[in-house]
Amino acid sequence: MAPLVVRNVGKSFTMHLRDGLVLPVVDAVNFEVNAGECVVLGGPSGAGKSSLLKMVYGNYAVDRGEILVAHNGETVDLASADPRTIIALRRDSIGYVSQFLRTVPRVAAVDVVAEPLIVRGADKDVAASRARELLARLNLPERLWSLPPATFSGGEQQRVNIARGFITEHPVLLLDEPTASLDATNRAVVVAMIAEKKASGVALLGIFHDDDVRAEVADRIVDVTQFAPGRLAA
Amino acid sequence: MSIVDTDEPLLKVQNLSKYFGSRVGCADVSFELWPGEVLAVVGESGSGKTTLLNCVSTRLEASAGTAEYRMRDEKFRSLFDLSEAERRFLMRTDWGFVHQNPADGLRMTVSAGANVGERMMATGDRHYGHIRSTAIEWLGRVEIAEDRIDDQPRAFSGGMRQRLQIARNLVTHPRLVFMDEPTGGLDVSVQARLLDLLRGLVTDLGLAAIVVTHDLAVARLLSHRMMVMKDGRVIEHGLTDRVLDDPREAYTQLLVSSILQV
Repeated sequence: MAPLVVRNVGKSFTMHLRDGLVLPVVDAVNFEVNAGECVVLGGPSGAGKSSLLKMVYGNYAVDRGEILVAHNGETVDLASADPRTIIALRRDSIGYVSQFLRTVPRVAAVDVVAEPLIVRGADKDVAASRARELLARLNLPERLWSLPPATFSGGEQQRVNIARGFITEHPVLLLDEPTASLDATNRAVVVAMIAEKKASGVALLGIFHDDDVRAEVADRIVDVTQFAPGRLAA
Repeated sequence: MSIVDTDEPLLKVQNLSKYFGSRVGCADVSFELWPGEVLAVVGESGSGKTTLLNCVSTRLEASAGTAEYRMRDEKFRSLFDLSEAERRFLMRTDWGFVHQNPADGLRMTVSAGANVGERMMATGDRHYGHIRSTAIEWLGRVEIAEDRIDDQPRAFSGGMRQRLQIARNLVTHPRLVFMDEPTGGLDVSVQARLLDLLRGLVTDLGLAAIVVTHDLAVARLLSHRMMVMKDGRVIEHGLTDRVLDDPREAYTQLLVSSILQV
């Protein structure tokens, strides 16, 4: 089975502070991502692409359906998994490069990047040297490595975020506009890194608004507008 | 943040309630805590979160319900049936309790080194040289300079006192730490330093912790799971980032939407 299978997933938000207004997001979502493949979610802003990515990461709950993830030789339904299982899935099987870096005060960029490896039990020095390699590859100036990324520019923070997401060997990797604030040189680096992930059998699911990048990395495009819910109650 | 994979929880709490006369402190609270896991309990003042913490840590007698703890011999014991001696032993060895006000968790008129050393002596360490060197090591871990070891905490700033309290609690390598608003009352810059420190220690030592806080940002940084309390009851419970980013209950949505953005 594919490392990531999404079956009949539906999601709405109930806004209790707006008199219980129900905002349907997506319905009957069905797709899968195979090993070594990069599937790109397509559709206009507001179609639910980011929400869908967050559901696949367990950050948003789903109302119905299954999100099946290959995890240490088994298949786990993330949609119904308890918090501990989701944490284990994130540690071992499903990585995520978010659009914005959530910085922790006082933690140096190199440690932010190394953390996912350390959590998986890697040696601290090995993890730090791997983190430095990635930051160098992404052209983040070396003088920034030991600083907390809170004061970095958008593009610098994004590169820290990418390095953090790519440092592990997770079989499923989610990418939310990883190249949005990067210049052409660094976009090319990220495109090459994505190609390497594909070559090593990782299943990638991403959102890319940049047409050139999308054309270079996408094996298939899943149009999210096909999952638009029928106009329900409001 | 790492979670050690084990099948057995460290702590199992079921239907715990505490009444103060006819008033509800907390009602019908159930949860489990695994080794290496940090659980945040959030809610407004008066929501019952500190009452819950005090009942689970046996500082307050529960009115109903059970709490079972897996002792170092791997056997579960009912916390509410422990003898006073057993309870005290647990409190000074296997558990830590970080109070909001460091003066409640420190001895203010003995030196910083003695504050740390006292916990070690409680676990049977009698070698002065070892106690002093370990105390110095722990002061370093919580970023207190070695030359302050003989000063009393009275002479420390609020942030330093809080860090000393953490050193005192963690020196015996407890498996479970209770924290009641650990960053409350501190300047934001001091808070950030303390949070970073706690985060590192929790990961390095694989502690399980229950952190009571009204600060959702603190909960996001420190915890894996979160319980939201209102009027003594748990109204929402789940993965921390999910509760904060996709809150389901009206009250949780209100709490999350009330956070000031900087």
